[in-house]
Amino acid sequence: MAISNATLAGLTRTQLLEMHYMMSLLRHFEEKSAEEYTRGKIGGFMHLYNGQEASGVGSIAALRPEDRVLSSYREHGQAIAKGMEPGAVMAELFGKTTGCSKGKGGSMHMWSNELGLFGGNAIVAAQLPIAAGVAFAAQYQGQNSVTMCFFGDGAVDEGAFHEALNLASLWKLPIVYICENNQYSMGMAVQKAWAVDSLLPRAAAYNMPGEQIDGMDVVAVYESAKRAVERARSGDGPSLLEIKTYRFRGHSMTDPTYYRTREEEQQWRNTRDPIGIFEKKLLEQGLATQPEFDENDARATQAAEDAADFAENSPDPTLEELYTDVMVDNSSALSFRYERK
Amino acid sequence: MRTLTYRDALREAIREEMLRDERVFIMGEDIAGYGGTYAVSKGLFEEFGEKRVRDTPLAEEVITGAAIGAALGGLRPILELMTINFSLLASDLIINSAAKFHYMFGGQPQIPLVIRMPGGGGAQRGAQHSQMLEAMYAHIPGLKVVTPATPYDVKGMLKSAVRDPNPVLFIEHELLYNIKGEVPDEGVEYMVPLDRGEVKREGRHVTLLTFSRMLHVTLQAAEDLAKEDIDAEVIDLRSVRPVDIDLLVDSVKKTNRVVIAEEGWKYYGTGQGLAALIYEFAFDYLDAPIQHVTGADVPMPYSKPLERLAIPNKDSIVKAAKAIVPAALVRT
Repeated sequence: MAISNATLAGLTRTQLLEMHYMMSLLRHFEEKSAEEYTRGKIGGFMHLYNGQEASGVGSIAALRPEDRVLSSYREHGQAIAKGMEPGAVMAELFGKTTGCSKGKGGSMHMWSNELGLFGGNAIVAAQLPIAAGVAFAAQYQGQNSVTMCFFGDGAVDEGAFHEALNLASLWKLPIVYICENNQYSMGMAVQKAWAVDSLLPRAAAYNMPGEQIDGMDVVAVYESAKRAVERARSGDGPSLLEIKTYRFRGHSMTDPTYYRTREEEQQWRNTRDPIGIFEKKLLEQGLATQPEFDENDARATQAAEDAADFAENSPDPTLEELYTDVMVDNSSALSFRYERK
Repeated sequence: MRTLTYRDALREAIREEMLRDERVFIMGEDIAGYGGTYAVSKGLFEEFGEKRVRDTPLAEEVITGAAIGAALGGLRPILELMTINFSLLASDLIINSAAKFHYMFGGQPQIPLVIRMPGGGGAQRGAQHSQMLEAMYAHIPGLKVVTPATPYDVKGMLKSAVRDPNPVLFIEHELLYNIKGEVPDEGVEYMVPLDRGEVKREGRHVTLLTFSRMLHVTLQAAEDLAKEDIDAEVIDLRSVRPVDIDLLVDSVKKTNRVVIAEEGWKYYGTGQGLAALIYEFAFDYLDAPIQHVTGADVPMPYSKPLERLAIPNKDSIVKAAKAIVPAALVRT
C-alpha cells in the first residue's frame, strides 16, 4: 500500500501514528492496571478508560504543552495523553513514592505542574468550578493558555455543572468543557438521568457553542476539540463538547455490570472499538500500514510492562511521609507540631 | 495610632495587599457595585476596577471552586462569601478540594486562597443566618481557620492570610464590623501571625479562653470579676486552626483554672476540643474542672429575648469563673 504525504484533519502521518500509539498505550496500560489490581498490587477504587481512548487522545492532541487539563477520577488516560510517564502513573496506582503524587493520591488523583495536569477529582463535577478558576487565572494574567476540563455524563446532573458553565460563559473564559458521555453514571443509564437527550440544549442555555461528537472516531474528536480550543484561545469563550463513547469495562474494578447486557457490550467492542475504527480509516486512506500498527502495539505493550516493572521496583513512601505536605509551611500543621513522633 | 472600625481596618488591609501585589483580587456576591453586604469592599471597585473587584453570580459552589482554581493558576484570590452559613453550599470545594490538594497530590499544588465570611449571630437573623460553624472547618486538616476579633488583629491577620500559601478561612463576625480599636497609622506595615493567640488581659486567678466576638464579652466579664478581686487572664485564641496550645498551657500553669467562652454550640465544638487539649497537655496544672460557657444547643431563635438567652453574656462567664475560683484564693 502506498504511503502518501497526505494529511487527515491537518494531521501529518507522524502525528496520526503517534495518536494511534497513544491509544494503544492507554489500552495496554489499562489492561496491565487491571491485571495488577487483580494481583493485589493496586488498591482502592480504580476506573479504567478502555473504550474511551479516542476521547482523551483526540482532545488533548488539540492542546499545546502550556494548556491545562483537569479531569475526574477516570483520568489515567488523560494523564498519559498529557505527557505523564506511564511509569509515574502506574507507580501512583501502586502507591509508590515515585508516583506522580508521591503515592499519596492513588488512581483518582494525578498531578503535574510541569505538564499542566491539574488533577483527577473524585468528587463528581468538582473539577468544573475549579477549571473555571484555572482558566480565569490565565485570562487575568494575559496568558494564552487554554483549560480543558473532562467529566462524565453523571457530572451533568450536579449543580456544579450548571454553575460552572454559567460563570465560564459570563466571564468568557478560555475553557473547553468536555463531557465524556459513556452512557452510564455507574449503573445509571444516561437516558434515565437526563431530561434532555443531548447536551446541545444545555450548551444553548449557557450561550455557548455545543457539539455532539462520535467519541469512537479520534479524528472527529480532534477536529471538534481543535475548533473549541481555538475559540477559547482567541478570546471568544467556552465551548461544551459531548463526546459519545462507551466504557468497555465496568464503572470500576468491582463493578459486575448487571445493569447492561453482555450483548450490548459485545456489540460495542466488536464494531465500535476506537482503535480498530482508527486503523481502518488510516488503512483505507493509505496513511499507515498494518506493520506500523503492529509495531505501535508491540511498543505500547512493552511500555505498559515497563511501567509495571518500574512501579513494582519503586520504594514505598517512608513512614515520615505520613505527616509531610499537610500544609505548605508544614510547621503550621497541627499533626506536625503536636503528634509527629 | 489611630482609631478605626473593624470594617475599615479590614478594607485597608485588602486595599494595601491589592496595591502591593497585582495577583491579589477580590471576588464575591455583591462586592463591587453594592460595596459588599457588610460594606467591607466599599470603594474598592471604584479604585481598582472590575478586573480586580469582581461581582459573581449567586452561586457559592462555582465561585469557591473558581477561587481555588484561580489560586492554582497563580493568583491570590480573596473570596467573600456573604455569610458562613452559605459556605455550606461550597463546603465540598473547601473540604474535599482546597484542604486536600496539597497533600493528596504529593505537595505539588499550592492554594493561596483567603475565604472571608462573617459567622455568628445576635442581630435577629434567625436560624439559617446566625451560626458560628468555625469548628466544622477547624476539624479539617489542610485548612487554616482564623477568627480575628479586633480592628488591629483583623488588619494584620488579613495581610498574613493573603500572603499565606495555604487556604485560609477568615471568619469575621457580623456584630464586629462597627467596633472600634487602635490600629497603626497608614503606611506602618505590620502583620499578625495566623498561628498565635494573644493574652488580651493578664491575670492570676483564672484563664478565660475565648475567640471572635465573645472576646469583647469576656473582657467585660473580666472587668466585673476584677470588682470582686478576681484577677482574670483573657486569652484570645485568634486562630482556631492551627491552635496555639503553648499559649494555653502557659496560662494554665499560671492560673490553674480555665473557663472557655464561645458563641457556638457546646457539643463537639471548638471549646470541647480546647478542653480536651488542655486536659491532654496541662492536666497536672489544673485545680478545677474546666468550665464551658456556650451558646444554647438549639437552632437560633428569632425572638429577641430568646436569642439573647441563646448567646452567652458576661454574667454567664462571671458565674462560671466564680464557680471555680475559691474565695480563699482571691484574698491572696
